[in-house]
Amino acid sequence: MQHFREHTGLVAPMDRVNVDTDQMVPKQFCKLLTNVGYERMLFYDWRYLPGTETPDPAFVLNLPRYQGASILLTRRNFGCGSSREHAAWAVRDYGFRAVIGPSFADIFFGNCFRNGVLAIPLPQEQVDELFRRVDARPGYRLHIDLPNQVIRDDSGLEYKFEINPFGKEALLKGLDEIGLTCEHEAEIAAYEHAHNPRIELHGEVDFSLPAAS
Amino acid sequence: MPARTLYDKIWDSHTVTEESGRPSLIYIDRHYIHEGTSPQAFAGLKAAGRRVRRPDLTFAVMDHSVPTKNRDLPIVDPDARGQFDALARNCRETGVRLFDMFSHNQGIVHIIGPELGLTQPGLTIVCGDSHTSTHGAFGALAFGIGTSAVEHVLATQCLRELRSKPMLVEVRGRRPRGVTAKDLILSIIGRIGVAAGTGHVIEYAGEAIRELSMEGRMTVCNMSIEAGARAGMVAPDEKAFAYLDGRPFAPRGKDFQVAVDTWKGMATDPGAAFAKSYELDASRMEPQVTWGTNPGMVTGVTGRVPQLDSFADPQERKAAERALEYMALRPGTAIIDIPVDFVFIGSCTNSRIEDLRAASRIVAGKHVAPTLKAALAVPGSRQVKLQAEREGLDKIFTAAGFEWRDAGCSMCIGMNDDVLPGGMRCASTSNRNFEGRQGKGGRTHLVSPITAAATAIAGHFVDVRELGVDLE
Ligand code: SF4
Repeated sequence: MQHFREHTGLVAPMDRVNVDTDQMVPKQFCKLLTNVGYERMLFYDWRYLPGTETPDPAFVLNLPRYQGASILLTRRNFGCGSSREHAAWAVRDYGFRAVIGPSFADIFFGNCFRNGVLAIPLPQEQVDELFRRVDARPGYRLHIDLPNQVIRDDSGLEYKFEINPFGKEALLKGLDEIGLTCEHEAEIAAYEHAHNPRIELHGEVDFSLPAAS
Repeated sequence: MPARTLYDKIWDSHTVTEESGRPSLIYIDRHYIHEGTSPQAFAGLKAAGRRVRRPDLTFAVMDHSVPTKNRDLPIVDPDARGQFDALARNCRETGVRLFDMFSHNQGIVHIIGPELGLTQPGLTIVCGDSHTSTHGAFGALAFGIGTSAVEHVLATQCLRELRSKPMLVEVRGRRPRGVTAKDLILSIIGRIGVAAGTGHVIEYAGEAIRELSMEGRMTVCNMSIEAGARAGMVAPDEKAFAYLDGRPFAPRGKDFQVAVDTWKGMATDPGAAFAKSYELDASRMEPQVTWGTNPGMVTGVTGRVPQLDSFADPQERKAAERALEYMALRPGTAIIDIPVDFVFIGSCTNSRIEDLRAASRIVAGKHVAPTLKAALAVPGSRQVKLQAEREGLDKIFTAAGFEWRDAGCSMCIGMNDDVLPGGMRCASTSNRNFEGRQGKGGRTHLVSPITAAATAIAGHFVDVRELGVDLE
């Protein structure tokens, strides 16, 4: 996982509430077998002129002033709907290192962290203020300081943000979450010994695999 | 011990490690996988040289991209074929049991889990799919996860999770005739909003929930995610036990009795605390129809497309304006005056036998409106299909001009050929009316199976309460 410490970047606004992951990566791209290379798919149905892959000049992320943006500013409940991690992969592959908004859907929020994208929830008024600043100032940039859990701009704005200590540590170090869990092998084995999780089949079931013997 | 909720009890009994303020490791009893969100997880596992820890607790099925027409024809879509091949290969290599598209037990993952008796009260169940909340109808803690988490569960049979906050949705009163489980959950979402459940696990309770069949409870829990909650649950009771009795993976004989005794203790203790709660009255609900592009944009069938001035919040107003533009609807239009082009009866929300029976009673002896481009009836599983055919429902649907299909996700998501064409309007029993969900440019209205059936006959939305037919 890509680690995250500090980042300064151009901010792009996505001024819509309840943006769902179907919009972030439409279904046809959920048939691919990879977890990289989703840059072109992000907001696919919003981003291009109908029936083409020619950027729609009216779509916000296509505006010249937001080219090269690496921080996405969103409205509430961003990433709702489907659990598809493709949405987080596309956000990351597009070049966004962080997403800032009043709230995020739970599954998307977790998917961001697991892919090195920092999702920062801030109070509604602060997000409103950020939208005002992005709108008023072309080239508006933010500096994100994860160790100190603060974001700043160059004209005095400074907002603290909350993050779970585990998520913070994982991002700072770029930790392998599965590797960390494997260090708890003894506890997992003890749990299995105590609870004996299992399933017994009593009836007829038509499995395709393993092949009937 | 202090009074605990159903959620607390399951969480507590599955904690492997716990550290305050940090995520816990919780043990996963059932891991369901499908072709859509698992290939990258298996690839990651392989790349790291890890094995599937508990193939015996992992079950795979092909559902999202499977054709619902003739499965004997070759799969022409190379991407879909790639998914099927990858899933079969991954299962073969790791010993995970698979139901491929030719298995008699194939179906939508959330339909077959309960049907096989894999889903049971008190279990933790995950799947790389947000509608895993469905299984909570049995009093299980079931939720959707991303692909990285699928890999984590494959490798460790555990998940690293922060404890959610329990939330109560109590639905008092009795549902009036024509108001189904689908209308109930759409009413709930319309009232509490699409993000009320964020960070929470919903427990549904109250007379109207208790009175629902297991199928109905699954419909309700299925759409918890549409209220923002990863999981929704109902305390297990005699209906849940009776549903499970005799299913292939349910305990048998004495073991079943022992299990039932344990399951009875799962219910939330009197006085247990919820982080928040809502109360609704089922007796005042009516059949629901969505008019917008998220499930919270919903109104009663006697209602109208809302006026933009009715939205106090400027963000909501803007979203509604955009939604109406996408849906090509004018404020003030009566819902029953909206004509439809397609009808889709299917999906993990409403494709169980009870749904098909109810819909078939509406269409029996009638024919879909000549203005309709297509009407699809897609059973949720091959077992549901078989049962429906035993009862002659397939003949009723086809005689009425419906296409009777094989089991799968179908036009809920349009990953196979069952795509809603752009500009077309569909009455759908699925769970998401997002832009492009059923097909790019397609316009989805979420409704119950009986409203969908009646709409197919009339060619426009209908208040089923005005029909002189049996609606239960
Ligand atoms: S039926 Fe629709 S919502 Fe349900 S699992 Fe399939 S695609 Fe997802």
